[in-house]
Amino acid sequence: MEITVMSNILEKNEEIAAELNARFSKRGIFVVNLLGSPGCGKTSLVEQTVRLLNNDFSLAIIEGDLYTSKDADRIAACGAPVVQINTHGGCHLDAAMVKAAISQLDLEQIDILIVENVGNLVCPAEFAVGEHAKVVILSVTEGEDKPLKYPAVFQQSAAVLINKVDLLPYTDFAIDAAIGDIRGLNPNANLFNVSCKTASSLAGWLEWLKKQVIMLRKQKSD
Amino acid sequence: MHELALAQGVLDIVLSTAVGNNAVRVAGVKVIAGELTGTVPEALEMGFAALAKGTIAENARLLIQLAPATGHCRDCGSTTDIDKHSFVCQACGSHAIEIITGRELLVESVEVE
Repeated sequence: MEITVMSNILEKNEEIAAELNARFSKRGIFVVNLLGSPGCGKTSLVEQTVRLLNNDFSLAIIEGDLYTSKDADRIAACGAPVVQINTHGGCHLDAAMVKAAISQLDLEQIDILIVENVGNLVCPAEFAVGEHAKVVILSVTEGEDKPLKYPAVFQQSAAVLINKVDLLPYTDFAIDAAIGDIRGLNPNANLFNVSCKTASSLAGWLEWLKKQVIMLRKQKSD
Repeated sequence: MHELALAQGVLDIVLSTAVGNNAVRVAGVKVIAGELTGTVPEALEMGFAALAKGTIAENARLLIQLAPATGHCRDCGSTTDIDKHSFVCQACGSHAIEIITGRELLVESVEVE
C-alpha cells in the first residue's frame, strides 16, 4: 500500500527554529545566523562587533566548529559570553544544537546573539537555527564567482559583507561584478564593504545591526 | 554530512507514517529533492540505509526524484528554467530571478506492507 504524505523533511528543524525565534523575539534578542566559507573572516567580524558594540549592547555568541574551541577562545578574550558547539564533523548547525546551547546563556542579559555557523556556503542554507537574519560574509580572496556558485545563502541573507577589501589591490577580485551578482540574486540585501582590520569600515554594518535590534524592540512593544 | 541529517528527517517521517498505518514493513519511499538543495542522491541513500538498519524500514527502496529549478523573472515577468544553478532569465538575460521550484525537500509517499 502506497501512502501519500508530502511531508517536509526539514519540518522538525523548522519547528524548533520557529519556537526559538518566538522565544528570542519575545525577549527582544536579535539573532544573527552568520555564514561564510572557512577563512572568510566570520570570527574576526564577531570579535570586532563585540569590541565595538559592547558598550551599548550586550552580545552573546554561539560558536559552531567541527572539533576545536579556537574561535570560542578568541571571542571569550573579547569579553562576551560564548558557547561552543562542536559538530564533530557535521557541516552545519541545526536548531536543536542552538536550543541546547542557549541553556548555558542568561537570556535576560542579551540584546544580540550571533550564531557563527560552521564555515560552509552550502549546507547551513537549509537549516534555520531560530535567527531573525542570515548574514553572509564573502572575502575578496575567495573570488567574485562565489555568489553565483552558491546562490542559496546569498539569496536568503538580509546582509552581505564583502570582507578584506584592504586586500583588493593584491587580488583579481572584480568587486563591481560581485556586487552586481549579489544584487541580482537578492535585490533587498544590505551590502557592506568591510575590512575587519579597520574599525571605521565596519560603521555601516554596526549601524544596520543596531537598527535591527531597535526595530525588533519596537515590534515587541507595539 | 548534510545528507545524513536529511536521511534522519526522511526516516522520522517514514516511521511515523508506517506506525500510523499499522505497517509491519516499509517497502519503498519516494523523496522529492529540489535541485537547488544540492542534495546528492547517493549520499542520501547511503545515510538512509545506515539509519534504517534495525527498523521496519530496513532495506526499503529509496526513490529520489530531483525536482528541477524554475524561477520568475522580476524584470520581464517570464518563467524560466534555472539551469545548473545559473540565475539568468532565459528570455531577457536578467539575474533578478525569484525561485519558484527547486528548494523542495519532501517525502512524497511511503509504501508499506
